[in-house]
Amino acid sequence: MNTLGRFPRRRVLRGILGGAAVTVGVPFLDCFLNANGTALADTGAPLPTRFGTWFWGLGFNPGRWEPKTPGKIAALGPELAPLEPWKQKINVYSGMKVLLDGRVNTVHFTGPVALITGTVPAGQTVEAPSMDVLVSDVIGTNSRFRSLEVSCTGDPLHSQSRRSASSINPGEVSPLALYTRVFGPGFADPNAATFTPDPHVMVKRSALSAVADDRKAFVADLGAADRARMDEYFTSLRELEKQLDISLQKPAPLEACSVPAKVDQTPTGTEIETVKTNHRLFAQLLAHALACGQTRVINIAYANANSSLRRAGAYQTHHEYSHEEPVDLKLGYQPEMTSFYADITSSFADLLTALDGIREADGTLLDRTLVVASTDTGYAKLHSLDNIPLLTAGGASGRMKTGLHVAAVGDPGTRVGLTALQAMGIPVSSWGTRSMQATKAFSEVLV
Amino acid sequence: MIRISKLMPMAAAAACLTLWLGGSPFGSGPGAYADPSLAATAPSAVTRRISEEQYRQIIADVFGTSIKVGGRFEPEIRRDGLLAVGAGQISVTPSGLEQYATMAHNIAGQVVSDEHRRTLLPCKPADARAADDACAKRFLADVGRYLFRRPLKAEELDSRVAIASSTAKALHDFYAGLSEALSTILVSPNFLFRKETVEPDPEHPGQYRLDGYSKASQLSFFLWNSVPDRELLAAAEKGDLNARDGLDRQVDRMIASPRLEAGVRAFFSDMLGFDEFSTLSKDPVIYPKFGFQVIEDAREQTLRTIVDHLLRRQGDYRDLFTTPNTFLTARLGSIYGVPVVSPDGWPDAWVPYAYPQGDPRAGILAQVSFVAIHAHPGRSSPTLRGKALRELVLCQKVPSPPPNVNFTLVNDVKNSEFKTARERLTAHRTEPTCAGCHKIMDPIGLGMENFDSDGEFRLRENGVAIDTSGELDGMKFTDPVGLDKAVHDDPATPACLVNKVYAYAAGRDPAKSEAEWMKSLGQSFAEEGYKVPALLKTIATSDELYRVGPTAMGAVDIPRAKLASGKQEEEQR
Repeated sequence: MNTLGRFPRRRVLRGILGGAAVTVGVPFLDCFLNANGTALADTGAPLPTRFGTWFWGLGFNPGRWEPKTPGKIAALGPELAPLEPWKQKINVYSGMKVLLDGRVNTVHFTGPVALITGTVPAGQTVEAPSMDVLVSDVIGTNSRFRSLEVSCTGDPLHSQSRRSASSINPGEVSPLALYTRVFGPGFADPNAATFTPDPHVMVKRSALSAVADDRKAFVADLGAADRARMDEYFTSLRELEKQLDISLQKPAPLEACSVPAKVDQTPTGTEIETVKTNHRLFAQLLAHALACGQTRVINIAYANANSSLRRAGAYQTHHEYSHEEPVDLKLGYQPEMTSFYADITSSFADLLTALDGIREADGTLLDRTLVVASTDTGYAKLHSLDNIPLLTAGGASGRMKTGLHVAAVGDPGTRVGLTALQAMGIPVSSWGTRSMQATKAFSEVLV
Repeated sequence: MIRISKLMPMAAAAACLTLWLGGSPFGSGPGAYADPSLAATAPSAVTRRISEEQYRQIIADVFGTSIKVGGRFEPEIRRDGLLAVGAGQISVTPSGLEQYATMAHNIAGQVVSDEHRRTLLPCKPADARAADDACAKRFLADVGRYLFRRPLKAEELDSRVAIASSTAKALHDFYAGLSEALSTILVSPNFLFRKETVEPDPEHPGQYRLDGYSKASQLSFFLWNSVPDRELLAAAEKGDLNARDGLDRQVDRMIASPRLEAGVRAFFSDMLGFDEFSTLSKDPVIYPKFGFQVIEDAREQTLRTIVDHLLRRQGDYRDLFTTPNTFLTARLGSIYGVPVVSPDGWPDAWVPYAYPQGDPRAGILAQVSFVAIHAHPGRSSPTLRGKALRELVLCQKVPSPPPNVNFTLVNDVKNSEFKTARERLTAHRTEPTCAGCHKIMDPIGLGMENFDSDGEFRLRENGVAIDTSGELDGMKFTDPVGLDKAVHDDPATPACLVNKVYAYAAGRDPAKSEAEWMKSLGQSFAEEGYKVPALLKTIATSDELYRVGPTAMGAVDIPRAKLASGKQEEEQR
């Protein structure tokens, strides 16, 4: 069990409550950063590397997205055209596969789960946590939110982030709700001149101890499965306690942090322009949340695996087109279905714009972030699990080389996950199970 | 009544036993089950997370409907066809608990507010700017008993009174303290999860049953979708629920109560997959009438129809699929092509409506709640409707589509060769890989093609008359009326309901060892004329609903189990 340390909560808080609330005046000065601007001078701790996942449904058309040659990317395939300005800051991985070992391919489910958790699910049963959870357990424990999830289609369950078989970390579906959660009450501007711990937060924090104390009696006579679920609940409770603890401390100043303007309530749904608008708002808010130290891990579900994206007035959704639209023999692909790819990749470019638009120390937030973008299938028309497109973006604080095309030949797609985990400094030498177990990261992209 | 233990072949029982002993360090010690082979046959108790609907209902029942519940609830998950079964498999994520905590503070703040404190608090503090332990204790013990569905233990109550006191002192506000203490009850696992407590069954040595308070919760969540009321808690406290006449008396009272309606609504919302309403939308260009209000009305229409038919009219469950009686708003009237005149002219008013004999729009399968949920945003879907009818109403599982299939021939709406869904789907049913499954879905769904994706009634598609003929497991029909009759007459229809109601009540799919019990439930349902209240009563008064297997730590050996787990907890923390 993960321990966050047991400290005499009541005593500490009673102490704080007993005295007057302290106002700490700390102006932000450049001298907090060391000479080359990569670390906070007072602690010597390096600026953190952040992690993100980005999920879209229905892959790309084989042959239309991959750069023509391995190594340095000269030109992206036509379906990645909106990413052309970013080609020096991303990597493209082709030839990645999901190997089933005889397990059933539940279409639009098995593929994405295998790539994100490293394990092919047994039917509907997910057997391992998603990679973002592995990362946030290492780098996310000292930020206000261990991770932030959003779902751009209006359905919180389209999130791909999960800690256990039955619990999906639900995505926020409304940018306004995300804004309120992160930058509303409870947000302490790290660059504010003064800091006053909120006495209401102190009493809330103190009160939660009573709930934690319910634990012993509650789990005493539970069966094993229920016990595991209750452990999950109490882990969440400790997260909440920690969140309140963090908001009672003066945050360290962060040069890159600026508080975003409040966003308006926007409609939600699967119509493509609605999705793009909400995604753009989410991307900006999440970039600011990263820069302001509110979290170090973000998870964006752009669409569900069997993509419900649709155009206003259209009879069919992206998914329906993928199966029902005939291939245009002149073009060599399904034109309506394929048109969605331009929307998808331009939205991914919007995320990169948001991350790269924030200057941090000697580079940008994107340079200190690693985003893994994954999907569910290679060729959607056939639900293929071959040549599934995977991308990474950002330099992970210099631990990832970028601008490269890694052309594998039927390797388990988990090699990308393992590479990402190692770039994030997660101490793993292999990731995944059975034939999806990856033991070799792509050394050509790791520094 | 048939005892489960008698149904379990000895070999299977021995296999369960081995597994069980292997999993428990206490299983074979002194004081373990007198006859473990009996105990091991009963399914284990399930700890269920309360649903959003239950949360809302509880707050309304305990504090009144003027307390607003706002915020995002942790999503629920469907297992074995029911959210009620999924509730026994989910926990609370960090972001979910964050939301529960925010909601708890909002609710507690309203309860102690100037507006509500006079009616909701049993006492006034001696000084509103100071702590008052006696008043706090009285309030917290009282509401805590409902929210935890049992009296608070001394340490649970004391810790809450201490919070009320320290907060009141720190903020110089008695009510702020009370609010803080109440919040901790509302985020406690004892509130958010229904934990079942097991005790040895003195009438059946070696077997286990739920204790009185867990029985009361089982009953109240099943029948009322909420917490037990004062009388039910009192019955639990006195041990009345362990006696046949005491249990019967409470069940009769609960079934006669107007609160049964909330329970019946909750069950059918779950069974019919109404959680899908939260993400349902139609393309506004193609279906301009289908907006937020229609969605709200559609859910309400079906639930009103069900409550009216099953409870007020005491109707036969199977007739729900053919009943001409329903309720409409003007908005729904416009979808169905029926003139609805509200007596007062209000657009939101509900008007009882009866379709003429033989009208294809009769029965709940023709309602927007079925045909629109099981369709695409831009067009109808015979396949989705056929699948939904099989899975939701007949409890038959349709396999997932196979990978590596070329669907290009199917459903090309722009192809001028194909005017109707039937023509488009012919390819589905002729391609051998697809045909196996599609022939069990499409012929049913094609019978509902008179209803467009938004539920609008139509006779033609792309100018061509729609052929609604089809077949359900050998019963041929020519139109929606015939399909409804086939569903009505299908023996799977009542059998499925019995299965779902029991799974809903128990929080798990019926165990294999309960096959005979399910069969006998089906027989008694038929003998009672397929009346749902009678089925609810049979289940609610059965021993089966309360009989449970051992928990991991061994329910009998409680002191030792507690000691051991307590020690383990200390090490873990």
